[in-house]
Amino acid sequence: MTPVWADPINYIIRLLRELLIGWGLPPDLTHFVMSLLGGFLLATGAMMFVIFLIWYERKLIGRIQDRLGPNRIGPWGIFQPFADMLKIFIKEFITPAGADWLPYNLAPVLSVGSVLLIWAVIPFMVSVYGVDLNVGVLYLIAAGGFGVLSILLAGWGSNNKYALLGGFRAIAMLLSYEVPMVICLLIPVMYAQSMSMNTIVKAQDVWFIVTAPVAALIFFITSVAEIGRAPFDLVEAESELVAGYNIEYSGLKFGMFFVAEFLHAFTVSLLFSILFLGGWRGPGAEQIPILGFIYLVIKTFVVYLVVILLRGSLPRFRIDQMMDINWKILTPLALVIVMVTALVDKAVSGLDSLIKAVILLVINLIVLYITSYLLKQSSKRLMARKVVSEKRPVAVYRPEQS
Amino acid sequence: MTIMQIFFLALALITLFAAVMVVTARRMMHAALWLILALLGVAVSFALLEASFFVVVQVVVYIGAISILIIFAIMLTRREMLDRGSQLTQNWIAAIIAGAGVFITIVAILSVWSGFSLIPADIPKSAGDIAALGKALVAPDQYMLVFEVASVLLLAALVGALYVAGERKK
Repeated sequence: MTPVWADPINYIIRLLRELLIGWGLPPDLTHFVMSLLGGFLLATGAMMFVIFLIWYERKLIGRIQDRLGPNRIGPWGIFQPFADMLKIFIKEFITPAGADWLPYNLAPVLSVGSVLLIWAVIPFMVSVYGVDLNVGVLYLIAAGGFGVLSILLAGWGSNNKYALLGGFRAIAMLLSYEVPMVICLLIPVMYAQSMSMNTIVKAQDVWFIVTAPVAALIFFITSVAEIGRAPFDLVEAESELVAGYNIEYSGLKFGMFFVAEFLHAFTVSLLFSILFLGGWRGPGAEQIPILGFIYLVIKTFVVYLVVILLRGSLPRFRIDQMMDINWKILTPLALVIVMVTALVDKAVSGLDSLIKAVILLVINLIVLYITSYLLKQSSKRLMARKVVSEKRPVAVYRPEQS
Repeated sequence: MTIMQIFFLALALITLFAAVMVVTARRMMHAALWLILALLGVAVSFALLEASFFVVVQVVVYIGAISILIIFAIMLTRREMLDRGSQLTQNWIAAIIAGAGVFITIVAILSVWSGFSLIPADIPKSAGDIAALGKALVAPDQYMLVFEVASVLLLAALVGALYVAGERKK
């Protein structure tokens, strides 16, 4: 039996189950009650964690922009999100005239719900996970589909043409970026021979970012696009669309969209760490499960840092540039890398795992090199068109003819 | 009545209610939302049959793509937000009689089937093996031909959509 400090969550679960059975509940009902309690605690914990995430992001963005970030309320401004929460709670719900009641109110709920649904399949430690679905990876896509639906409902239900336009653009972007994401998610599935998240983590003796860097890159870019973050934050471009699909939301409904966006950013970092950075794997993670949790948190925060850095430093893409990147670069690259990986993986399937990892890494780097070469060629062709005339100096020195 | 039967009954009632609301809702947007609920009900009944792959595929394809397409079509073609006119056609009594007749016929035919009153058996864990599904789809002696014909059908739809919606180069 693992000691208490090594695996506290399972210890508490055992205690609770023995307590409930001791009170005389039948085992089915005990299981049902405990599942309900576990789901409720996970969802509430995730929402509570967003408070820390908001503070972290604001401080970091402040530092990137050479300022301090919130620093008045509490030491280092840590109580700032609480103040924000209080303000959002006490704001009035103004429903626009002519708004469709059902879509308007359902949208924020679906938005947060779709993110929380993803947390059900994430393996936090070797022994703690919500549910071990054998179609875990596909489930992620399904839960993302609900998020897309919520944006559609928000745009339509607001009875506002800016909201509708914002919703259309958001959905065009989200649906387009799902295509390369789904295709490149096939690669961890191919390596692990299963779609279950637990199996993918357990199969990462060598982290998948080493054996499939192209897939990791595509997944990272498409995930940043899926969460609507800069440089893909066209959906809430303040200068263009006045907050896009959440114009008409005030108070806690807007707060829900806000929470959903931050939580989605963190969830996407969590997914990247699980699928490509080895999840909870690390020295000693199987024997002492709580160490696995610590490794996962460290990896996730590294990825989250990169996401926030991207937000703070890159300008926004135009909608046609975004569609270009998706359909002309990411989708063909994803298709090519899936085919190449399938062939190479089958060809080297009998070899030692280290040699296999090196060969796969080399093949991925070759594909990346070819892609960058082709991109350079096409950008040279674009830049070769003359759009302005040659520079002419205003005054020309002409020596006197004598 | 086991607990699964009660659960299935509740699920079936919700799905049927949503399906009725699809065709009787006043506003088309609401009809689309009720359709999403009905498709979710079908997904949950897949889950009751322990076919986990089809649950997620149903949600991804139907709710994540097809419903959004339907909602787009509604949003882009409805100039005004209100839908006017009576919702019932002229021969609605005949339609109800025909619908009820088909329902009674199907139930009567099914009730003489031996499996009508069975409790579903427990499916072994290995039956949900996705690898077996994948192999069956591309094995030459199983479903490869069907798979390829379906791909050609999708390709034809894609090409047709591009042709219809594409701009003619003058």
